[in-house]
Amino acid sequence: MRAQFVLSEIGVGLRRNLTMTIAVVVSVALSLALAGASLLVRDQVNSMKGYWYDKVEVSIYFCTKADARNSPQCDKGAATDQQIADIKTQLDKMDSVVQTSTFENSTEAYKHWKEMNPDNPLISVLGPDAIPQSWRVKLKDPTKYDVIQSAFAGKPGVKSVEDQRKILENLFGLLNGLQTAAFVIMVLMLFVALLLIVNTVRVSAFSRRRETGIMRLVGASNFYVQMPFIAEAAFSALLGAVMASGLLLGGHFFVQNWLAERVQFIHFIGLSSVLAVIPLLVVVGMGMAGIAAFFTLRKYLKV
Amino acid sequence: MIRFDNVSKTYPKQNRPALDNVSLEIEKGEFVFLVGSSGSGKSTFLRLCLREERPSTGEVHVLGKDLGKLSNWKVPHMRRQLGTVFQDFRLLPNKTVAQNVAFALEVIGKPKSAIGKVVPEVLDLVGLGGKEDRMPGELSGGEQQRVAIARAFVNRPMLLIADEPTGNLDPQNSVGIMKLLDRINRTGTTVLMATHDQAIVDQMRKRVIELDKGLLVRDQARGVYGYQH
Repeated sequence: MRAQFVLSEIGVGLRRNLTMTIAVVVSVALSLALAGASLLVRDQVNSMKGYWYDKVEVSIYFCTKADARNSPQCDKGAATDQQIADIKTQLDKMDSVVQTSTFENSTEAYKHWKEMNPDNPLISVLGPDAIPQSWRVKLKDPTKYDVIQSAFAGKPGVKSVEDQRKILENLFGLLNGLQTAAFVIMVLMLFVALLLIVNTVRVSAFSRRRETGIMRLVGASNFYVQMPFIAEAAFSALLGAVMASGLLLGGHFFVQNWLAERVQFIHFIGLSSVLAVIPLLVVVGMGMAGIAAFFTLRKYLKV
Repeated sequence: MIRFDNVSKTYPKQNRPALDNVSLEIEKGEFVFLVGSSGSGKSTFLRLCLREERPSTGEVHVLGKDLGKLSNWKVPHMRRQLGTVFQDFRLLPNKTVAQNVAFALEVIGKPKSAIGKVVPEVLDLVGLGGKEDRMPGELSGGEQQRVAIARAFVNRPMLLIADEPTGNLDPQNSVGIMKLLDRINRTGTTVLMATHDQAIVDQMRKRVIELDKGLLVRDQARGVYGYQH
């Protein structure tokens, strides 16, 4: 197969069908960009999970004096030192689950709380007594929260058992939702892109039926007859993939230069993740278009 | 070269077969006219030879191959060994005469050097020397058909199939085309030609095969067109 012949055929075909080609390129670009975005959001969630789950703890809060009035499980008043020590003994026995446990007394907790809420008007009203003491438990596997919950909730002196992971999970839930939404739109766009490719190839095959008829007549191989059409579809998809990569890189620089400055508690994935997705988009885009073209030709270009 | 063994072809949703139990043999080097009124099965006969259709029953052998058993991917290779010419010429209007002939070679992957050599040769052979760079639209019908014949013959096929090659031509041009086909036949190429042209058949005195409503009704050496249709 001579490259020059094929390339000139592709050029002619694409120009003859310019409006359809543009439609294919744009729809492929959008669907691939959404596919890439959905992959990158997944990467982002995974990277955030790894980062945050290392840091989350389960807190076992003890009753304070004030809780005696409004929490039924604290009706015996503030937790005693004995109760706190009992919990510690039990935690130490659970060394298959618990990695470390540290005690935070009211004074320390009050100091942390003041640091994190410097503008809170309650600072002047509340004293250290109002802030519960707690065991901060770091788990070997952060998903084993249930074990701690069932072991300590309702024990004498324990007010509540709280998992910091729950707070993060709301965020991850939101991101997963975004990822699903991107995926659903991607599937729909991909469907539109496929229909457009099928139609473009059909129109292209029809407008070149004279050439292909002669090619079949003189015994050109199926590969030779079909190749220009498949290459045309794959080339449009390549243009679409390039556009999609541009969109993703643009999105990346927006996140890096604008969002990252404003949202500092999230560690955003880097350029390398974006670059890793791009070849995948190119391969998927071109492969999909080529296969769609191939099956269209089987119908519209009989041997 | 061509052998039909009890070949029938029935198209879907048709009661009467287009070709009904036809058996015949065409030897290497023969010149054969295929005659019959419209709907007699001539086109089906040619389409079976080109493996554009498969027989419903019976066997079609062309160039020593059983076309009913030939797998799809081998068909292009089979077609390279035969040439085809049609009533409507089937030239590419946006390519020159030489490019039209060269196109047939390009698409079967012939190297450029070989193409540059054989195209002028075959154009000389069909009497179009000096008209290589003309567009088909600038040529007369007879000259266009010569381009088509050049394209069909450029691979030096063993078998040339022509479907009413003079159907669009005036008598004078028709005679020129027939002389050309006769010359090609003398080089050893078998020629099978479907036609309605009574004058040509009567003049050439070659083997005549007549089909009527799908049946083979006459196979006559040195025949004439026959009854008035």
